[in-house]
This record gives sequence, C-alpha cells and structure tokens, in this order.
Amino acid sequence: MRRVSSGGPEIERLIQLLAKLPGLGPRSARRAALHLIKNRDAVMTPLAQALKTAAEQIRVCGVCGNLDTHDPCAICTDISRDAKTLCVVEEVADLWALERAAMFNGRYHVLGGTLSALDGIGPDDLNIPKLVARVREAGVAEVVLATNATVDGQTTAHYLAGALAAAGVAVTRLAHGVPVGGELDYLDDGTLAAAFRGRKAL
Amino acid sequence: MSVALSQRHADAAAANLSAPAPRALALTRLTLADFRSYAHLKTTLTTQPVVLTGDNGAGKTNILEAISFLSPGRGLRQAALADVTRRGAAGWAVSATVQGYDGAVDVGTGLIAGDGVAAARRTVRIGGTAIGQQSRLASVAQVTWLTPAMDRLFIETAPSRRRFLDRLTYGFDNAHARRVAAYERVMRQRSKLLRTGVDDPRWLGALEETMAEHAVAIAAARRDAVFRLEGGLGAGTGAFPAALLAVEGWVEAALDRDSALVVEQALRDKLAQARPLDAETGGAAHGVHRSDFAVRHADKDMPAAACSTGEQKALLIAIVLAQARIMAGAVGAVPMLLLDEVVAHLDRRRRRALCAELRALGAQAWLTGTDRALFADLDGWAQFFNVSGGTVAVETNGLTS
Ligand SMILES: [Zn+2]
Repeated sequence: MRRVSSGGPEIERLIQLLAKLPGLGPRSARRAALHLIKNRDAVMTPLAQALKTAAEQIRVCGVCGNLDTHDPCAICTDISRDAKTLCVVEEVADLWALERAAMFNGRYHVLGGTLSALDGIGPDDLNIPKLVARVREAGVAEVVLATNATVDGQTTAHYLAGALAAAGVAVTRLAHGVPVGGELDYLDDGTLAAAFRGRKAL
Repeated sequence: MSVALSQRHADAAAANLSAPAPRALALTRLTLADFRSYAHLKTTLTTQPVVLTGDNGAGKTNILEAISFLSPGRGLRQAALADVTRRGAAGWAVSATVQGYDGAVDVGTGLIAGDGVAAARRTVRIGGTAIGQQSRLASVAQVTWLTPAMDRLFIETAPSRRRFLDRLTYGFDNAHARRVAAYERVMRQRSKLLRTGVDDPRWLGALEETMAEHAVAIAAARRDAVFRLEGGLGAGTGAFPAALLAVEGWVEAALDRDSALVVEQALRDKLAQARPLDAETGGAAHGVHRSDFAVRHADKDMPAAACSTGEQKALLIAIVLAQARIMAGAVGAVPMLLLDEVVAHLDRRRRRALCAELRALGAQAWLTGTDRALFADLDGWAQFFNVSGGTVAVETNGLTS
C-alpha cells in the first residue's frame, strides 16, 4: 500500500499534476505545491488565472504552427515581415529562440519534430506536406532550414531539401557555427545570429 | 570534409611549439553508489598512478569499470546497464572530479531506475548540467584501457578491434565519439525503415546521405589516428615491439583514391543499391561499421593474430603507450590508462619498461593485480590501495602523500 502525502486528495492531485511538468520530479513538485499554497495571493491565484486564460485562448497557428491567441498568428499577419523567406524549425521553442535573437525578419514553419523511424515519426506526422504546399502557393523565394544540428535534424534537412527541390526555391541551411548536436533553444543570441548570417545554399 | 582535429586539439598542437609540460588527465575524486559490489565508495586522489591490489574477485576491476563509464560507451565490460546495478538496488551512479582538457570538472553518470511510467535510463552530467549525448564525455577526458578480455582482441571478430581503434581515435579527435554515435543512430533509423517495409526513397535517401557524411568523417579520423599511431610505433619502444597498423574497409580505402565528396556520393549509391538486400539482413551491406583494425608485428613480419599470446599482449601495450605519447605531444594531454591485470603477465624487463614509461608520461594509470610485490617499481610514487570485500583501504606503506 502506498501512502499519499498527509495534505488530503486536493493537494495530492496538485502535486501529481506539477510532477508532470518537464524538469520537475516528485520532490520538487511537492516543494512547488507548498510554495504555491504559502503564496496564495501573490502567486497561486494569478497563476491559476493565467493558466485558465492560456488554456482558453492559445491556439496553434494554422499557417505556421506557432502558438498565439490569434490564428493566423501575429508573425504570419505582420505585413512588415518578409513573406518570401521561410525559416523551418523543429519546435515552437526554436522559433522563440530565433525571435529572441531578432535576426530573422521572414516567416516561420514549425515541423513539430524530426523524422525518426525509431520513434515512428514519418513525413506525414510532421508539417511537411503543409510546408511543400505553402512554398508552392505563397510565392516563397528562400527556405532556410534551421533544424537542430543533431543527426535526426540533419536527416530531416536532407529530406526537406529533396522535397523542395522541385518547388523552384533557394534552400539554405544554417551555418555550422552551430555546435554539432547543439539545439537552437540552447544557443546564445550571438551564435544564432552568426549562424543565420552564414547560411549556405544546399 | 577534412581530417581536421577539433579546434581545441589544433590549438593545443600549435601551442605545443612552445611545449608546456603535457597535462595528465586524471581523477582527483571518485565516488560510486550501488555500483556492482560497492554500496558506497568515495576516494580522493592525486594525479599520480593508482595501484589496486587484492584477491581475485575482490572488486578491483569493478573500480576500473566505473571509471570507464566516464567515457562514451558501455564501459570496459561492454555490460548491459542494468547488470551493473548492485544486487537489491534500483540504479547506480559513478561521479568524479576529472582533471580534464579544460581543467577540473565534475562528471557523473549512472542508471536512473524506471518508475513504472518512465523506463530506466542512463544519465550523464558534466559540470552539473545534464547532457543528452554521452558521446560528449569524450570532450572532457580520454580514458583508454587494457583488460584480460582483450587478450583475444586480435583473434576475435572485427567489431571489438574496431571499437578499440575508435576509442584510441577519440584521444586525437574527440568529435569522433559523437560522429560514431550519430552514424550508429542513423544506421538504426535506416534499418528500421527497411525492416518495416516503408518504401519512401526520399526518406531512405536522406538517411543514406547523413550516413555517408558521417561515414567519410569517421573513416578520415581513423586513417589519421592510424597514421599518427604508426609514427609512434615504427621504432618500437625497446621492450615493446614495433607494429604496422592499418584500417581496412571500403570507405577508408576509397579515401586513398578519391576526394571525400566523391567517396560520400559513391557510398550513397552503394547503400541505395543495397536496400533490398539490407531489408532482408536487417543490417547495412556497406559502411564504416564493417571496417577492421589490422595490426602486424613489425620485426616478426606476421599478423598479430599469428603471434604468441605474450607478444599479442605486448603489441597492445605498445599501441596504448604510443597513443599516450602521441597525445601528449599533439594534444598536450596524457590519457588516463586503465591497465587491468596487465603487470602480472609481463616479464621483469617489460614490467620495468612499462613503469618507466608511465613515469615519463606522468600518466594517471590505474593498475590492478593480486601480488603487491610486482608493483615495487612504483613505490614512493604511485598511490596504493588494498581492495577487499567491497571496501578500498589506503595502503600506507608506499603511499606518497
Ligand atoms: Zn503563424
């Protein structure tokens, strides 16, 4: 028989949910729960409100895969951005990292992962068909492949270069100032900016 | 693609013109938890050699195995991770303070037990940060080993010799570990695709392109390592035999004739043609996972496999020492050497020569044996420990500090 915490089922449920967050184990989830309860007015109630609003209003952009309260998202509808250049990233976190570095003024396409037969993820499980259609229909001139410098990111980039070959666009890859195995999300802004400036044609 | 050393190594090689004393890569602290026979063990050390003596089965090799997990791979026993866990425990951990290429850094690795939701998994931490790829361990320090199981290395099948060469290569080019891991992963991706009958030529082509890029870089690094090693082995080292080395494989040989780009394309073509065959066998008919490391005894002019057991062992020692010497010169760092039961099988002349060489290198070598008397050449210099029943005790007689 497993003993639950002595705080009753409500607290136990809170702890169990917190423990599902990335980077939080059971022990840190208990600490987080205690912190929330102790700081009810300053943290817990505003957090609950923010979670509720986010859950109700944030959606996936039907064009690029970004997260925003609007669909299409603010980037896709920003007319000051260059609609002829598309940057392909694996995840929304990578899009955010590139936006933080403020290097890129085109639009994005979020794949939602990388090709991996080992994990059962094929081209149709990623936003690849949508990317090819978007490039054909939206008058895109350059596609920058900014998949991570991991082996699966590299294979995905090769695949995309092949899939886009017939679409008549320039396909470039971020320069390898990016340490191999490096994930965009973890790179500093300077490295990202240099990688962008040095992008190479495939 | 070039054979270039990683940047740090190239810098070190350039700086070596003004020749600062090479740095000994070493452990200054080693902590084990639930690792094989050890519930808990913590030792602090100097960078000098370490001698572990004790009866057979006392747990000496377990300590060397723990250290070997601080480099990429599954350790010197090639063990399944769960088999390393002490009986009754849920997981294991090894942590250490390593005097590495970039100074002292805390490194840890272990098996975190599954909890019903997540499966058990290996973790690697460098400098307090969790690292996804254990191949990064090669960028901290180089660990090379010789064990009794390797006595049969020259008469075994190619994979163990290839692993041995790859490990030696990490010392010259630590990006090699990452490339080998990447190559193996992309090869598994391709096999899975072929096995499950997914007929997507573009996907397979993308995998083969990645595989070929890594294959050529791996082959080039191996050729470079063999070239350097042979330079250090040609003359022999007095007590240990001179050797001729070669890496035998289609990709390595093709680099003799053609540029890297041409070889890459040729390998992609061969892999594409081999798809039907590979779908049946589950492997890959071409690539650097099929290469072999060939060693010849120079004076006897015969393949290592044809030499006596003693000469085979001497050849292995000669190769490991040559790698350490060349690393010291080219990289400015001396690898950690794990020499399990090596000393007992050497005659007095070679024993003395080995100890003299370790002393000249300033290496942190870890030596094990049952007979304390055989390590007399290291008295007053090495750190001596007695291992018995899951504990390790400092032996005051012979300890320097
Ligand atoms: Zn959008």
